[in-house]
Amino acid sequence: MMTSDQSRPSLKVSIAGVVLKNPVMTASGTFGSGMEYSEFTDLSRLGAVVTKGVSREPWTGNPTPRVTETASGMLNAIGLQNPGAEVFIRRDLPFLREQDTRVIVNVCGHSEEEYLEAVRFLNDAEGIDLYEINVSCPNVKEGGIAFGQDPEKLCRITDRIRQISAHPIIMKLSPNVTDIAEMARAAEAGGADAVSLINTLTGMQIDVERRRFVLANRTGGLSGPAIKPVAVRMVYQAAQAVSVPVIGMGGIATAADAVEFMLAGASAVAVGMMNFHNPHVTAEIAEGIENYLVRHGIADVNELVGAVTG
Amino acid sequence: MKSVFDAEIIGTECLTPGIFSTWLSCPGADFAEVKPGQFVGVFPNDPSALLPRPISLCETDAEKKTVRLVYRTAGKGTAELSGALPGQSFRVLGFLGNGYRTDALRGKHAVLFGGGIGIPPMLELAKELRKAGEGRITAVLGYRGAESLFLDEEFGKYCDEVIISTDDGSTGIHGTVIDAAELSELRPDVVCACGPMPMLRGIKAYAARLGVQAFLSLEERMACGVGVCLGCVCRTAHKDAHSNVNNARICTEGPVFDAAEVEI
Repeated sequence: MMTSDQSRPSLKVSIAGVVLKNPVMTASGTFGSGMEYSEFTDLSRLGAVVTKGVSREPWTGNPTPRVTETASGMLNAIGLQNPGAEVFIRRDLPFLREQDTRVIVNVCGHSEEEYLEAVRFLNDAEGIDLYEINVSCPNVKEGGIAFGQDPEKLCRITDRIRQISAHPIIMKLSPNVTDIAEMARAAEAGGADAVSLINTLTGMQIDVERRRFVLANRTGGLSGPAIKPVAVRMVYQAAQAVSVPVIGMGGIATAADAVEFMLAGASAVAVGMMNFHNPHVTAEIAEGIENYLVRHGIADVNELVGAVTG
Repeated sequence: MKSVFDAEIIGTECLTPGIFSTWLSCPGADFAEVKPGQFVGVFPNDPSALLPRPISLCETDAEKKTVRLVYRTAGKGTAELSGALPGQSFRVLGFLGNGYRTDALRGKHAVLFGGGIGIPPMLELAKELRKAGEGRITAVLGYRGAESLFLDEEFGKYCDEVIISTDDGSTGIHGTVIDAAELSELRPDVVCACGPMPMLRGIKAYAARLGVQAFLSLEERMACGVGVCLGCVCRTAHKDAHSNVNNARICTEGPVFDAAEVEI
């Protein structure tokens, strides 16, 4: 007879050889560098913290208004404001290193050279487990999404980053494409160790009383539960197309949502906008996944990956 | 300490069309460091409205663990709050933002400017300054017209003088709050203000003319309320430590800023 301890299911997952204690991470841009939400949630209960996008130099971001609520979601056009890699390494990384969770640094740039400069600079820092390369931000005019919508450019930038990177790389894909499978294959062909998706869907909101765009940037990225079915479909298609791990995200609000993404083919999941609704949500989802496994008599969370049938 | 707590409606009244006053019981909130000028994020129970509604504290009672919110109904979140019955609960994120440093205002002639829905946080500030004792408090409150007055009588309890201005001249001084302050020849040592952006720009210039310090409470669309999303930034004169790019977070470094430090 098994003791109760042995009967606890295993929640460990591995992304490019990096073992996470559970498959729940934070989605870039919704968790800062973890400090603010550490007042609410014990970060050691998370599989990984994925940081806000970091560029080599500080970025000012877009004018305000930058955010607005939509039905079961929100639009944002922050424009990747960040203090730059030096401040990130000096201030944020030492904090994250202390948290007993994996650290995934999201990297952004306006050009191939800027991505490479950022990665080279970050390579020397201590405490980074993985990079997530943001080639899918819809809110910056140059770079960003330009790489995420063209398979040849995506393959090329992936290959160039991979060659100089000290850590495995996750390419974060844009949903604003016709064929997500083609984009996932392009990232894999360039040597991506994993892909993550979806970033936000480009949207727009108009204030009808004032007859003005709500966001100063006019368009913004839609996130939240409103986009979840689109995200599940794309995660499924990407997982069918590539053999590297897929990290699924887009509107995850509950443990059931996280399980849904894993059944569609995600090896791990990230929680984004719902952090703003409930700062405890990530840890609650990790616990909920464990309860799901117990309830279904599943010994290892990896058994869920791609297990959808019928 | 910031937390998410349950807040139960004690009662709500309509002060003037579109403006509501709601008292909430918050036994789970930490009132130890609550300050005037801080705000809460109220989560609607409507599952399609996921973001917290930032609403400034109009009054707090740390002993009873209650807060009073006075707000304009602007959308479905505030409509739900204003229509909620006593006993109904909301999840609330609080207490957020920096608030006013009342020790910097003590013993001085503080002129508190409030415009429209910027008036409520000034009430708690007036109350706290009065509690602190010495010093003169003048409130200058701006409204559209006589029919839209609210909270004006309550300011009388804590202020040495309350000056009213209206856009249409139907009561008080005809003009802006700055017109009213100048006509009344106020000689503040320090100025505090909350209201629409054109008014805050005017207050910044007014304080500069007089050579006195001004503290402005800013507002911007925000998502998280705790400094994560970087939605609610404002341009600052100096690089702040967090952003490293002259963009302070209104929810965290603010909402109260020294006027000289923000480019508005």
